[in-house]
Formats: sequence, structure tokens, C-alpha cells
Amino acid sequence: MRLPGGVAITPTALAGEGESEFRRLAAEFCESRLAVAGLVLFAAVAAVAVLAPLVSPQDPYDLRQLSVLEGKQPPGSPAMAGFRFWLGSDDQGRDILSGIFYGLRISLGVGVLSALIALGIGVLAGLTAAYFGGPLDSLIMRVVDIQLSFPAILVALILLAVLGQGVDKIIIALVTVQWAYYARTMRSSALVERHKEYIEAAHCLALDRRRILFRHLLPNSLPPVIVVVTVQVAHAIALEATLSFLGIGLPITSPSLGLLIANGFQYLLSGTYWISFFPGVALLIAIVAINLVADQLRDVLNPRLQK
Amino acid sequence: MTVFLIRRLLQSIVVLFVMSLIVFVGVFAIGNPVDILISPEADQAERERAIRALGLDLPLHQQYLVFLRKAVTGNLGESFVFSESALGLILKRMPATLELALAAMVLAVALGVPLGMWAGLYPDAASSRTIMAGSILGFSLPTFWVGLMLIMVFAVMLGWLPSTGRGQTGTVWGITSSFFTVDGLRHLVLPAFNLALFRIALIIRLTRAGARETLLQDFVKYARAKGLCERRVIFVHVFKNILIPVVTVLGLEFGGVMAFAVVTETIFAWPGMGKLLVDSFNHLDRPVIVAYLLLMVCMFIAINFLVDVLYSVLDPRVRLVTRGT
Repeated sequence: MRLPGGVAITPTALAGEGESEFRRLAAEFCESRLAVAGLVLFAAVAAVAVLAPLVSPQDPYDLRQLSVLEGKQPPGSPAMAGFRFWLGSDDQGRDILSGIFYGLRISLGVGVLSALIALGIGVLAGLTAAYFGGPLDSLIMRVVDIQLSFPAILVALILLAVLGQGVDKIIIALVTVQWAYYARTMRSSALVERHKEYIEAAHCLALDRRRILFRHLLPNSLPPVIVVVTVQVAHAIALEATLSFLGIGLPITSPSLGLLIANGFQYLLSGTYWISFFPGVALLIAIVAINLVADQLRDVLNPRLQK
Repeated sequence: MTVFLIRRLLQSIVVLFVMSLIVFVGVFAIGNPVDILISPEADQAERERAIRALGLDLPLHQQYLVFLRKAVTGNLGESFVFSESALGLILKRMPATLELALAAMVLAVALGVPLGMWAGLYPDAASSRTIMAGSILGFSLPTFWVGLMLIMVFAVMLGWLPSTGRGQTGTVWGITSSFFTVDGLRHLVLPAFNLALFRIALIIRLTRAGARETLLQDFVKYARAKGLCERRVIFVHVFKNILIPVVTVLGLEFGGVMAFAVVTETIFAWPGMGKLLVDSFNHLDRPVIVAYLLLMVCMFIAINFLVDVLYSVLDPRVRLVTRGT
């Protein structure tokens, strides 16, 4: 559909307007120093996770670089390879700092990946429910309600008992736990948007249904879902760490932060605190940073609070 | 009301049925039930006997019926590790978990309500801001990490409290519990606080929001205008109205506390059913896992049903809108 002037009609027909909207949101986001600090912190954590092999003093899973003689060194002691165990070493002589960098990689990877898959499924389910309504809507929302009435950890335990262990299994479990939140948020947001004039206009223009759903309804219903994504990434990371800590999450070949903490737990009682403590702090920094960003995003993207 | 009850009961039965189907398909159909349900140490003759005894030579739909019949009569198989009835084993561990859950709930109310009231009455005070910041931490810290820190600080560094086990139990009126001995209480403090932390944060938020909302209402103005002393206005009139959401959330959260006890019990080596579950995962003791999960699911369906019914009794509007979700 083109206007006489040759301008295509899309929800953001004027590119400049979209950009200034983004700039306004960015400016509003920066009003809270705490949120900016959270964002910077999260960027640092993510960077360290992605660049783990480059920034780690040691490859903690290359057995040639490890020496059991260097086990359980306190923080700050020098290693034979020339660097320092700034955060100490574990029972196998692994540098804790390097272990954390590699562990963050797995924890963040699993958390972000599962959140994104759940986002896809949840958004599709919520959009379908809102747009088509009727029995399909009732069915989807009933399933969502029932699932959300069980705590996440119980659902995850059932799935892991049925599926067994493994990276793919835990991602399936995390996705199953999370999709319902997205579906519910997406549906309520899309229900509001569906009755607005631009959707009516699109219907009048006889645009095909897929185009209305994905080009018009979807992008405009997304803001509340984005907030849920940030919160859920933090939840997913915490849940994965919890399950791995219990020994029923990730296998020992994928040493996430939860597994590192579990590994040090047995030494905690004898006062060798650093094996468990520092991976725990890293987990905490990641989760708190994401939560700070989520908190501010909620305020910025909430139309009721807009000035 | 009767129609609502029947509809709600039917839904619960459907959920129960679906859950049993998921567990059945997961354990009996996807995995090899011979490997899962028969101890790996069994020899060939034993295996064949067990296959026949478990009905694994029957077609799948008949197997499901057998499974259902056994589940209904409470026969969920025998633990490999303890060679006892799986359900009996779990029920034997249940009092310890219930005790921990109860202690956590008591702590959550005893700390959460007064702190939330304070934050609601004086929203701008520095102390209130500290409370609210603390409640954000309570929400975002993973339970198991807090548990580790509690052990590190109070058991290892300060040496004030024991870090593992249930301690001595006492018996009063036929009930055996840690509540009745000093040693038992000392063992209970850390795990109960660990389990309660998330609920403390939740109740602080609820109470604060409730207090701020209620303080603006006309009946509070009226009570003040009538000349009632401030203490009576707050502790009788405002407090009563805050309690409604707090009590409902507490009911809902009790199930969550039981489920999350898995984490706390593992950290503090608390001999409850959650620790039994994690141990069973590690020993591949599937009958116990299946029994635990089915039991928890039943409990949750019961809790959800009760809460819904209570809601509809307290607030008739609920009955009218159940269809319109």
C-alpha cells in the first residue's frame, strides 16, 4: 500500500520519529544512576563471559595447566604459571577467577537462551490468544493459569525427573517454566492494542492477517513484555544455579556458577570459603545488575508513568 | 456457589489426571521402565519376576490403568535404597519439612508484618527506605546463596549456631518436634530464616502497599475525626484491612515453602522430604522421586482448590468472573 507520494505505510512510517522515541526512552532510563550502574555492570559481566578465554589467566578446564599441588590456595597467592590466584584456587588447583569467567559464560548463555526461546513461544501464544479470542483463548489461558499455580522449582523438578540431566534438558525445563509469564503479559498487552484505531485502520485497508499480527500488533504490544524478559533472564539464571547446586541441573561437563558453588560447599565448613564464596558473588552481581535494569525499564516503559 | 464448586472440582480432577499422565509417560513410556523401576543389581530371574509383577508385559493403556489403580491406593513402588514403600518413606520425613515450613511462615509474619507496617506508615523515613531496599534484596538473592552465607557467617565465622541437622527433638502431647527443645530451636533458626527470607520480603511489600492504601480511606479519616487514639486507628481499623491480602498470600505461599524446602533442606542437611528428593535424584531412586512429585502435585491442587473456594466465599465477585479470564 503506497500513498501518492510513494511513502510506504508502516506503523513507524517516519523513521526520524522512531529514533527520537528511542532517544527519549534512553534519556529517561539514564535518569536513575542506579539503573545506569546496573547496565554498566551487566555489560561488564556479559563482556567477561563472552571473552572468557581471552581475559582468564588460566584455562581452568585444560588439565595440562592445572596442578593439584596448588589446590586450595587462599586469594592473592602466586601461581607457578606466573599469574596470581586473585580469588584463590579450588581443590584441583583451578584459578577461581578463571572458573568464574567460564562459569558466567554457561550461566548467562543458558539463562539468555532459555529466556529467548520462552519469549518466542510465549509471545506467539499470547498474541494468538488475544487476537483470535474465543475457545482458543480460554484454552491457552487456562493452561497458563494452571501452570503458574505451581512454583517454578516444582515444575522444573518434574521435568528433570522425566527428562533426565543435560544442557538441553535444563533449557527445556527453564523454557517450560517461563513461557507462561510471557504469554500472559503479551495477551493482556495485545488485548489493549487490538482495539486501537490503527489496527482498525489496518483491517479497513484489508491488509492480510499475518501482516497485521506481526507488523502492527506485535511491535506495539512488546514494551511490557520486554520488562518481563529482563526479569525472567535473572530468574532463569537463579533457577539454573539452584538446580545445578542441588546436583540435578547441568552436568559436571558444563560447570556453571551453580556447580562451582556446589563444588566449594563441602569446603565451606572448614573455613575454605573462597571456592564457594566468589562464584556466589559473581552470580549475585549478574542477578542484581539485571534486576536494577529491569526495575528502571519498568518505569520507563510504563505508559501510566510517562510525563 | 454449588456450580462454581463443581466446576472447580472438575478442573482439579482434570489437572490431576493430566499430571499423572505426564509422570506415567515420562517414567514408564519414554524411559525404559525396566531400568528405572528395577534395581540395577537384580539378576535375570529377578528382573523377569519384577517385570511380571509390575505388569510391564501388558499393553500400554493397561499399564496406565494398573499404575493409576496402584497410585490411588497409595502404592507407588518401593525405594531401591531403603527397600521400603516409597510413599511411607516420604510420609516419615514429612513432619520435619512441615516443621521447617511452619517455622518459616511464623518468621515471615513476625518480621514481615511489623516492618511492612512501619514502611507503610512512614514511607519517607530513612528507615523505611532501608527496609524496602532490603526487601528488594530478599527478592533477588537466590535462596541457596543466602543459605551458604548464613552458614558461613553464623556457623563458621561466629560459631553461634549449628549449621547442619535437626538437633534434639522433644515430645509434647504426642507431637515430636524441634520446637520443644533449646537445641532443636537452635538448629531451626538458620534454615527457617533462610526459607522465610523471600516470604519476609513479599509480606513487607504487601503490608506496606496495604497500609498506604488503607490510610487514605474514609473510614480511617472518620475514625480519626471521631477522636479515636492513633494506636487504636492503626492497630484495629487499618490492621484488620491489611490482614486480608496477607492471609490469602500466606495460604498460597505455604505450598511454595514446601517446594522450596528442597533447597534449604539440602544446604542445612535437614532430614525432611526435600532432602530425600535430592538424595533420590543422586541415587537414581526413581520410585521415591515419582512418589514425591505426585504427592506435591496433589498437595498443590488441593491448596489451589481450597484458596479458590475461600476466595469465592470471601468475595462473591470471584464466582461471577471465573469464566471471563
